[in-house]
Amino acid sequence: MSASSTTPHQGTAGGARRRRRGPRTWLATLPLLVFTGLCFGIPLGAIAFGAVTTTDPARGTTALTGEHLARSLQGPYLDSLVGSVRLSALTALLGGVLGVLIAQAVVTSRSTALRSATLTASGVLANFGGVPLAFAFIATAGISGVVTRLADLGGLGWNLYSFTGLSVVYLYFLTPLMVLVIAPALDGLRPQWREAAENSGATGRQFWRHVGLPVLAPSLLGGFVLLFGTAFAAHATAAALVGGSVPLVTLKIADALAGNVLTGQENVALALGLDMILIAGLVMAVYLPLQRRSARWLR
Amino acid sequence: MLSSSARRGAAVLLGVAVLTTLSACGAAPDQQNAGSTGDAKKGVQPGAAASLADFGDLKGLVAAAEKEGRLNVIALPADWANYGEILKAFQAKYPKIQINSENPDAASADEIAAVKSRKGQKRAPDVLDLGIAFARSGAGENLFAPYKVTAWDKIPAGQKDADGRWYNDYGGYISIGCDAARVPNCPKTFADLLKPEYKGKVALNGNPTKSGSAFGGVYAAALANKGSFGDIQPGIDFFGQLKKNGNFIPVESTPATVEKGETPISIDWDYLNAGYADQFKGKGVDWKVAVPTDGVYAQYYSQAINKDAPNPAAARLWMEFLYSAEGQNLWLKGYARPVLLPVMTQDGSADKAAVEKLPKVQGTPSFPASAELDKAKATLAEKWDKALS
Repeated sequence: MSASSTTPHQGTAGGARRRRRGPRTWLATLPLLVFTGLCFGIPLGAIAFGAVTTTDPARGTTALTGEHLARSLQGPYLDSLVGSVRLSALTALLGGVLGVLIAQAVVTSRSTALRSATLTASGVLANFGGVPLAFAFIATAGISGVVTRLADLGGLGWNLYSFTGLSVVYLYFLTPLMVLVIAPALDGLRPQWREAAENSGATGRQFWRHVGLPVLAPSLLGGFVLLFGTAFAAHATAAALVGGSVPLVTLKIADALAGNVLTGQENVALALGLDMILIAGLVMAVYLPLQRRSARWLR
Repeated sequence: MLSSSARRGAAVLLGVAVLTTLSACGAAPDQQNAGSTGDAKKGVQPGAAASLADFGDLKGLVAAAEKEGRLNVIALPADWANYGEILKAFQAKYPKIQINSENPDAASADEIAAVKSRKGQKRAPDVLDLGIAFARSGAGENLFAPYKVTAWDKIPAGQKDADGRWYNDYGGYISIGCDAARVPNCPKTFADLLKPEYKGKVALNGNPTKSGSAFGGVYAAALANKGSFGDIQPGIDFFGQLKKNGNFIPVESTPATVEKGETPISIDWDYLNAGYADQFKGKGVDWKVAVPTDGVYAQYYSQAINKDAPNPAAARLWMEFLYSAEGQNLWLKGYARPVLLPVMTQDGSADKAAVEKLPKVQGTPSFPASAELDKAKATLAEKWDKALS
C-alpha cells in the first residue's frame, strides 16, 4: 500500500511501474485478504480464545486462564509435541535428501520418458496418504504382511508399528513431494553456469559448493519446510498405524477433541493446536529471510 | 484482527451462556406445573413432557411425533449393536416420521459438540447415544431433557440418572476375539495373553485414550491384575508388559485387519466380536469369542434427549421404542445386552434364541462410580503413552 513511494523523476519504465503499483491496485487483493481473514483469522481467533479461557459448565461464565496452555506443555502432551517435531524433522530431512537425489538424476538424464514417468508417479504418490496408505503398509510390511514373511523382516528386527516404521511410511509420500517441489528448481540451474565453472577449472564438487547449492538453498529450504509441515500435520496414517504408542500431537488433539473416553479436554486440544501454529510459525520465521536473501538467483 | 475476533467470540459465547441460563429457568416451572396439576396434561409442550402420561397415552405421543414428521439421530452406525435394523424397524412402524441419520461414525464428544453448536437449529440431533462419561458430564452441563420412559422403573437404579436425564440402554463385556484358523489355542484369560505363543498377535480396538472399548480393555486388564475400579494402573502395566514381550501390536483392529490376519487376537466388546463371527463366516476366519474370567468388565451406553430437540415428541417416541420389548430385543439380536435383559428374561419377553447366542458370563456386572471413572481416565491419559512407547 505504501509502495507508491518511487520517485517521479525516473524514466518511462519507472513511470509504468509506478502506475502498476498505484493506489488502486491493492484493491485487487481484497478478495484474497477477506478470504484469508475469514478462513484463517476466525478459526485462529477461536483457537486462541478457547486456549486461554475456561467456561464453568454450571454457571456458564467464561474466564481467562493459562491452565490449558500450561497443561499442553506438560507431561504426555509435551512428549507428543516433542515426538511430532522429532518425527517431522527427521522425515523432512531424509525425504528432502532422497527427493533431491532422485530429482537430480531424473533432470540430468536424457530420457524424457523416465522424467515424465517419475514426475507423474510423484504427483500421485505425494497425495497417497491417510488410512489407505497405512493399510497398504499393514498388508505388505506389517507383522504378517507379505513382504515381512517373504523376506523374514521380523527376524531382522523390523517393526512397522514403531517410530522407525512410521518414518518409513511418511517417507513414502514425503519423498515424491520433494521431487515435485525441487525438480523445477533443478531445471533452473543453467548448464552455462556449470560450463563456466568448468572452463575456469572448478571441479564438480567446487561447482556444487560455491554455485549449485547456494543458488538452490531457498528451494531446498522451502522444500524442507513444506515436508516438515506435511509430516507435522499428518494424522490419519499415524492414527491407523501406531495408535498411542508413538506420541504425536495430532493424535493427542484427536483424543482430546473427539474421543469416547476423555471429557472436558477440548480446551487443551485448542491449546495444543495453538502450540502447533507457533511451531510452524517459528519454522517459517527461519525460512523466510533466508529465502528472500538468495531467491533473486533463480529468476 | 485477532483480538477483535476473540472479543466477538467472547460475546457470542456469553450470549449462548445467557440463553442457556434463561431457558433453564424457563423450563423448570413448566415441568413442575405438569407434575402437580395433573389435569392440565394437554397443555404440556412436547419439549417439557417428562413421561408418556404427559401425552395422554402412546397414541397421543405418536400423533404429536407424526405432526413433527422428523427425527434427527447422530452417531448410530448400521453395523454397531444392530442399529441398522433398529432404524429400519422404527421407520417401518412410523412411516410418517422421516429419520435423518447424521455422521454414523461420530464419537460421543462429537455428539455433545453437535448439541452445543446447533442449539436452536432444525438440524440439531434429537436423541443421543453416549458413552457413560459423556452422559454424566452432559447432564452436569444441563444439556438433556428429563424424560422417564414407560419401562423406567425396571431399569436398575445404578444405571440411570435419578432425574431421568440419561439412562443406560445396551452394553456388553470386554471379550477376547480370536481367529482359531490362525491361532491354535485361543486365549481365554488376560493371563493367557502374556504367553509367548501370542507374539505379535494381540490388538485393541483403538487407542484407549480415545476409544471406549479399548479403555474398557485396559480397565478389565486392571481388574485381572489386582487392580480395582479406582486403580487402573495394573492394566496399563499389563499392556506395557505385553508390548515389551512383543505380543501387543498397537494397530487399531478393524474387520479389515482381522480378515487380513494382522490382528488375529482382538480385545473388544463381546457384541462387536460376536457380530464379527457372523460377518467372517466363509472368509477363512474362524472367529471365537471368550469373555475373560479373570477380568470381567461390563459397560453400557446411555440414551439422552437433547433439551433443545427440534423434534421433541419424535425424540420421546424413539426412546419409548428403544425401551419397549421390541427395541430391546433388536439390540439383543445384535449381540448387545439391553439394560432390561434381566427383567425380560424373567417375564419371558426376551428373545430366547438371541440370549442363547450371547457369550457366557458368570455373575452380575458392577460399575465404577463417577469419581473412580474420572480418576482412571486421568491416570490413563497421563501414563498410557509412556508405558507403551
